Amino acid sequence: MNLDKVPEIIARYGADKTASLAILQDIQAEYHYLPRAALEVVARSLEVPLSHVYRMATFFRSFSLNPRGEYVVKVCLGTACHVRGGPAILDTMERELGIKAGDTSEDNKYTLEAVRCVGACALGPVVLVNEHPHGNMTRDEATKLIKQLSSQEGAVQAPEETPLPRASVDLTGVPRPGK
Amino acid sequence: MVEYRADVLVGCEHGEHPDLVGALKAEIERRNLGAEINVVETGCRGFCAMGPILLIEPEGIIYCAVKAADIPEVVEETLVKGRVVERLAYQEPVTHQRICHYEDIPFYHKQMRLVLRNCGMVDPRSIEEYIASGGYSALEKVLTTMTPDEVIQAITVSGLRGRGGAGFPTGRKWSSTKHAHGECRYIVANGDEGDPGAFMDRSMMEGDPYAILEGMTIGAYAIENVREGYIYVRDEYPLAVENLRLAIERATEMGLLGDHILGSDFSFHIKIVRGAGAFVCGESSALMQSLEGSVGEPRPKHVHATESGLWGQPTALNNVETWANVPLIINMGAGEYAKIGTTNSKGTKAFCLVGKVRHTGLIEVPMGMTLREIVYDIGGGPQEGREIKAIQTGGPSGGCIPSHLLDLPVDYESLAEVGSMMGSGGMIVMDDTNCMVDVARYFLDFLKDESCGKCTPCREGIKRMLDILTKIVTGNGEMSDLDKLERIARTVQRASLCALGKTSPNPVLSTLRYYRDEYEAHILQKRCPAGVCRDLITYNILEAKCTGCGRCLRNCPRKAITGERRKLHVIDQALCIKCGICKENCVFDAIEVS
Repeated sequence: MNLDKVPEIIARYGADKTASLAILQDIQAEYHYLPRAALEVVARSLEVPLSHVYRMATFFRSFSLNPRGEYVVKVCLGTACHVRGGPAILDTMERELGIKAGDTSEDNKYTLEAVRCVGACALGPVVLVNEHPHGNMTRDEATKLIKQLSSQEGAVQAPEETPLPRASVDLTGVPRPGK
Repeated sequence: MVEYRADVLVGCEHGEHPDLVGALKAEIERRNLGAEINVVETGCRGFCAMGPILLIEPEGIIYCAVKAADIPEVVEETLVKGRVVERLAYQEPVTHQRICHYEDIPFYHKQMRLVLRNCGMVDPRSIEEYIASGGYSALEKVLTTMTPDEVIQAITVSGLRGRGGAGFPTGRKWSSTKHAHGECRYIVANGDEGDPGAFMDRSMMEGDPYAILEGMTIGAYAIENVREGYIYVRDEYPLAVENLRLAIERATEMGLLGDHILGSDFSFHIKIVRGAGAFVCGESSALMQSLEGSVGEPRPKHVHATESGLWGQPTALNNVETWANVPLIINMGAGEYAKIGTTNSKGTKAFCLVGKVRHTGLIEVPMGMTLREIVYDIGGGPQEGREIKAIQTGGPSGGCIPSHLLDLPVDYESLAEVGSMMGSGGMIVMDDTNCMVDVARYFLDFLKDESCGKCTPCREGIKRMLDILTKIVTGNGEMSDLDKLERIARTVQRASLCALGKTSPNPVLSTLRYYRDEYEAHILQKRCPAGVCRDLITYNILEAKCTGCGRCLRNCPRKAITGERRKLHVIDQALCIKCGICKENCVFDAIEVS
């Protein structure tokens, strides 16, 4: 997989250690997850142990270490959605997609996530498909939504997660942190 | 400057937002009205239950649940002929009367929208609109006529307290920061709104970002020696980040932020930092750790952030709503501001009124208004045929307030007295179909995932309480569990490191206090009175009502329902997963939960 963008992203922040959170966010925005090889590049460029980067990547909920599907379906389980039937919507989604919350379907088309409050509480229960909100969900609507998405063409191939040979990422031009 | 005959304000970006703006612009273009009518994309106006909303100014006509297909009629009737499209006006649920003027709708009528005054009324991307509606006059007044000490004095006199939930007096916080020793000082706006069921900060950051910037700039001037401020925004709010970023750019261009603000010697810069989905980062010390580029773990507070906060320097950290109150206080005058509210809680508070209430949305009321007024007069009461059971405030740190306490005034002290707290402003209404044991379990399940794991009482205590509650909702609870639950709760409350842990037992303790009978029903009778806890309920088809239509049979995902057409259907309890789809689909109300 092509990780050329990673050094570019790091350079944007001048290889500043305090910007590690922002760097990881930009990598996630680019690749939709944090490939291990990218974390290694970040660790080397910022001159911090890989374990430090791994700690950041696993502490914060918005990061994923696994590739995600073409459609990321987030079922909100915030309090307002919970009291208005959010868990039933999650059940329906799990059944319709045949995967559990947190998993990605084998054809890499769907990732199902249970999230805690997306801040659209007045419209609960809410489902986000690739960040697009669908409010006042019912089980029927959830089923319809998945049918509609499934009928759209183009399940993508799973991006291959191959370990990256060190030499393949060019670090020239990436500023090094001051000693 | 171009003057328009009418403005059409479109909000509701988070609803099922049909392309109203595009449809409006196209229709206005088609009729060649572009020079007369202006379409403004605003932030949230708060009446979410009725969205998407169109507001037509200067008449103040409000249209609810507007679809793109309605646009030609709105343009033809209202904007060209000056007539109201009745069917789009708000309909009063009891009298069925149509109300077309925004101010006459009960939802808005009882509110006092001061901090939210611009939300949904101006284009949040336009600094000109902010200035035209009185923006930056407070900053000008402060820089030209007030000393920094006078500003702090004004904030102190106003009685403003932290809107993030704990309610610490803002003036005192600013004053401590100012008098602490350090090379420089920092100010931070906490926009990491993690409480589930709350979106006030989101609406403010998206709908009126300049008010937050102006408040912070005034704060920086008052605290002195503050060159930099940070706004920490929750990752889930990309539009807030975008609008704030644009606001910072525009304010800097206009000389209202950055070096030599308004030509004075005072300089101040603001940076935005995005959170990454960790609830604990809403806690001030964890938030500052995260700002420094580390994982957000709280630290002990023997030394306050006002002494040693961000990078070891004195730091004043306030919620975005607190900052947005600052220009308001300067403009109104501290004395006038202090007239709003109760003796110890001044001003207004924004709440997210959500859950089982008719009119869900974002509201702002003076402190001291009763819960009853909020839920019934503004929120329109419970949904048809239901009864309100509890109101949950304060997020996972708060508690459930039972319906017999609805006449409680909403202020910091009153809410704390009954075992809840003000919190950031989530107000979740629950009715007789919500199980309070399940709600308590829900919050612990949330906190179990969000506890950072640094201190043992919180990390382990929450898990053990969750175990006990899981035992109870699955029908395996014993009466001795309740005492155990209370004991663990007290320990977690006393021994945890940060507020997340210290307040985590509140949902358990408050439900135990007011709904002990529900706990007992789960334990002694193995019964969930609200019909929520799956292991304790069964679905049955009532012989008297079933017509044998076959709807439930067709929709059952487990094929657990059998029966011939026009004859009584039966649920096979061994196969039933209690998903409730049959009940939802039955048009004859023939399925009973027991």
